Amino acid sequence: MSATPLLQFEQLRFGYPQTARPVLQDFHLEIAPGTVTAILGPNGAGKTTLLHLALGWLQPQAGLIRLERQPVASYSRRALGQWLGLVPQSEHIAFEYSLLEFVLLGRAPYLPSLAMPEKADYEIAQSALEQVGLAALQHRSILSLSGGERQLVLIARALAQQPRLLLLDEPTSHLDLGNKGRLVHLLRELQGRGVTILFTTHEPEVAAALATHLVLMQKGQVLKTGLLAEVFTAHDLTRLYQLPVSVVDLDGRKVALWT
Amino acid sequence: MWLTVLLVVVFGISVFLGRYPTPGFMSLERLTTDEMARSLVFNLRLPRLLTAVLLGMSLAAAGAVFQMIFGNPLVEPGFLGVSQGASFGAAFSIIFLSTSAWAVQVSAALFAFLGLGLSYLLARRVRYGGWVLRLVLAGIAVSALFSSGVGVLKYIADPLSQLPEITFWLLGSLTSLTWPQFWAILPAVVVGLLVAFQMRWRINLLSLNDETAFSLGAAPGRERTLLLVAAVIATSAVISVAGMVSWVGLIIPHIARRLFGADARYVLPASMLIGAIFAVLCDDLARALFPGEIPLGILTSLIGAAIFMVLMMRPQAAVER
Repeated sequence: MSATPLLQFEQLRFGYPQTARPVLQDFHLEIAPGTVTAILGPNGAGKTTLLHLALGWLQPQAGLIRLERQPVASYSRRALGQWLGLVPQSEHIAFEYSLLEFVLLGRAPYLPSLAMPEKADYEIAQSALEQVGLAALQHRSILSLSGGERQLVLIARALAQQPRLLLLDEPTSHLDLGNKGRLVHLLRELQGRGVTILFTTHEPEVAAALATHLVLMQKGQVLKTGLLAEVFTAHDLTRLYQLPVSVVDLDGRKVALWT
Repeated sequence: MWLTVLLVVVFGISVFLGRYPTPGFMSLERLTTDEMARSLVFNLRLPRLLTAVLLGMSLAAAGAVFQMIFGNPLVEPGFLGVSQGASFGAAFSIIFLSTSAWAVQVSAALFAFLGLGLSYLLARRVRYGGWVLRLVLAGIAVSALFSSGVGVLKYIADPLSQLPEITFWLLGSLTSLTWPQFWAILPAVVVGLLVAFQMRWRINLLSLNDETAFSLGAAPGRERTLLLVAAVIATSAVISVAGMVSWVGLIIPHIARRLFGADARYVLPASMLIGAIFAVLCDDLARALFPGEIPLGILTSLIGAAIFMVLMMRPQAAVER
């Protein structure tokens, strides 16, 4: 990678207090600006933990995470909120927010603690809802939505946050085929606007359709990383999932099949 | 907002409602001519009604805050050992220290904070679960501890002098409330409510998962603690003069959400106003319905529980968990 890396994980070690075995060990990874990186790995490989570390929510026991060469820990929360957006896999929502009220929360990093969102914030939130195709439902209760629609609302909230680095945790896990396609287009458009994207997924096709770079994670370590074409191979995916996988080329798009 | 107008109207009517000279309303003319009536209105009714406003505002606002920051619509201020701590403090003072109003109030407020502090410390030492779950578990344990303590105190209390006093306090009432008491709790209530009110939009962030709130630039632990302390300052102040008035904190935020949606920007101020109206109306009933007063806590529980049942049976009341 030629340019200055945007995000660096250096010799990371992290474990949760309850478990003896560390979730991540000797973890090293660099993300270049403007790239779309997909993280593939079996369940429990440490993918979500990695995103939470990048966010600054979890602190590593050893090693360092840098954002534009500065340690993540040296940023203020507000600055991190403007830098990084997180789309969690799913989220417990206890109250009947309207979609607009909920997406508006994405503006929080830009507002002082006691301020209220203003007209400009409403407009940004509305445009974020338009981008995920839910503008028509903006006054509906979020609890009345299906799982897939809720996932789109979480994405809209992150869009309203206007981050430079977008972290997504299995963004397509609840989406139907149509919405999956729309999301891939939306994320490509964001990349075109200069947003760097890092996402985890259990769907190799989504990684193949969207990512420029691929990280294969296994047991808290990087198994292999590089450009998509170099890493998305039958050999490497077979090693990753420990199950015979073949890669098929369909009109220039790669699909992984287990055999 | 129309709720403010409603509160003013209810308050205005309540000033004239009572049992002097006859059950029902007092005429304006009597207020201007009858010395006794004027003294009654200005020295007894006004401080009492104003305290009812503070009481309803504090309990309802604290309920809304607790529900939001714990991401759980079934939580109320009595939750982290606060109410049980206050009861224990009051009973303790009645038996061992002094039955004077001041001693009981200070002791109740101190033990309310002790309840919160114990719950907090215990939650930090619980070995599993997220922060909210740990606080809930700790709160349940601490509440149980204090309520068994209250049981012990009731058992050893003098059944003729002390026990009735404890029981009366536990039922909650604004009887014989005076200006000094009102002024004494006003600063704490204003500070507590002002902090919550200023943070009303931000409270929404704290109703989200910890990592999400963090990713949106919030400090979930620190900001929740600040709001919690603000809510408990206001509640322990009103509990200290009024005793245990239950159900207001649970019910009122539900009604506010039904009217204005989930956004705390509207739910919090609406809860304060509806809480105040509810408390004033209940206190009206408490003092005007019968010659002898009905303890306020009994009325709020009775009416609150009835409203809760109606709310539960309405189709939109579905709570997701």
